[in-house]
Amino acid sequence: MLYLHNIGAYFLMIVEMFRKPTKWSVMKQLILKDIDDLIIGSLGIVAFISFFVGGVVAIQTALNISNPLIPKNLVGFATRQSIILEFGPTFISIIMAGKVGSFITSSIGTMRVTEQIDALEVMGINSINYLIFPKFISLLLYPFVISIAMFLGILGGMVASVYGGFSTAGDYIAGIQLDFNPFHVTYAFIKTGVFAFILATIPSFHGFFMKGGALEVGKASTTSFVWTSVVIILLNYLLTQMLLS
Amino acid sequence: MIEVKDLHKSFGDVEILKGISTFFEKGKTNLIIGQSGSGKTVFIKCLLGLFPYEQGSIAYNGKIFSELTEDQKRDLRSEIGMVFQGSALFDSLTIAQNVMFPLKMFTKQSKSEMEDRVDFVLKRVNLIDAHNKMPSEASGGMQKRVAIARAIVNKPKYLFCDEPNSGLDPKTSIIIDNLIQEITNEYDITTVINSHDMNSVMEIGEKIVFLKDGLKAWEGSKDTIFKTDNEAVTNFVYSSELMKKVRQMYIEEKQ
Ligand SMILES: Nc1ncnc2c1ncn2[C@@H]1O[C@H](COP(=O)(O)OP(=O)(O)O)[C@@H](O)[C@H]1O
Ligand SMILES: [Mg+2]
Repeated sequence: MLYLHNIGAYFLMIVEMFRKPTKWSVMKQLILKDIDDLIIGSLGIVAFISFFVGGVVAIQTALNISNPLIPKNLVGFATRQSIILEFGPTFISIIMAGKVGSFITSSIGTMRVTEQIDALEVMGINSINYLIFPKFISLLLYPFVISIAMFLGILGGMVASVYGGFSTAGDYIAGIQLDFNPFHVTYAFIKTGVFAFILATIPSFHGFFMKGGALEVGKASTTSFVWTSVVIILLNYLLTQMLLS
Repeated sequence: MIEVKDLHKSFGDVEILKGISTFFEKGKTNLIIGQSGSGKTVFIKCLLGLFPYEQGSIAYNGKIFSELTEDQKRDLRSEIGMVFQGSALFDSLTIAQNVMFPLKMFTKQSKSEMEDRVDFVLKRVNLIDAHNKMPSEASGGMQKRVAIARAIVNKPKYLFCDEPNSGLDPKTSIIIDNLIQEITNEYDITTVINSHDMNSVMEIGEKIVFLKDGLKAWEGSKDTIFKTDNEAVTNFVYSSELMKKVRQMYIEEKQ
């Protein structure tokens, strides 16, 4: 029953997010602030993780192909495939559920427990639109984050292969161009778009409707991370089933 | 003038307010007192429309709140200022931006008009050079002043304060109480204050509503509260040693 109630409340929240919009001059600033916090603020960690995980994917692939009959460019090919299909959109989104998601839940949750949301409501402001809509708009830039992750992941793979002597730059580049299927990129960015929406709304839901005090803000962030990841993994499965098979 | 009739409010199976009727007059500081957990905050949040309630009515100047259209509610809300228990300042905005917020949201004033008004109300609450501080850098007393400034910046007709001096030292508390009373008289607004503090009662209790177990147990003013025989009220009033001594002296004086 409680699950059903929460799912209903979640969808009502999404409808409410688009109603009674906040004055544009104010909203503009909120959006810019959220772009800074959520998008710009995540680039560092995303770049770092992508580069090194890309390197590890390339090394693992190289170590698993000792058979001399397998062409050398396979390292580049396999790294490209894993990064574009899964590592970029899904793995980074789980990282973002931890970073951006808990930031959103705790910042909105703190506003709830310190009555800042009540203060907005008393003034007659649609607090759901005021707080959550700017997060939704900023996360429209999320595909750029994932593009950067993909680029750096593939680059990291190349650096690791060449540096570790597993492949030459020429072979690796030939590999990443091999059998390129543009639909895989489309598929990756459809997933990215869906995950961006999840990353903006599920953590907001957990922050907005939390009850209690400072201790509960911490708990809400954890629950929010769990649910955001679970939903991302489930949708990943469904979208893959629908789009690729 | 705010009139409340037979207000009932429950959370789940627990009835918090069990039928409260009273009224709050214009130009007066109206106090709602009672022990912690007696439902003061819930009551005030029902008045503000933040909590839905099951039964009863709340009328602002004769207009029943629940019968207003969305637009009328929004208009009414622009006439309401609220000071929350923990101040509820927006912590990503500076003090000046906090105070300017209602103007930015609801008026079409130019930037310089808004700045002038912010300067004026911040001066009114005796904060002169705190404009660019963040709320987290301000003391509790300063935060309360900012919250009061934000509540009155858009010239409200109704002012609500939830325990405006909780967490403040006695001296600052009295200053804040007096400030609220002055503002109430100066701008002739209807002010409703939640408190569990006897000092506030003695300073500014022009009308007092005493809540106990979800009911209005007593109603009066600072002049009548010391004379009542109502046991619940006397228990509350004389709960501290200091007040007991005051009462002892009062009785001895009469003999
Ligand atoms: N949102 C809520 N959900 C459930 N119970 C609540 C809620 N808010 C307040 N209560 C309960 O209502 C009672 C009155 O609380 P409150 O109005 O905050 O008291 P106070 O007089 O100290 O302001 C308390 O027992 C509290 O537990
Ligand atoms: Mg309270």
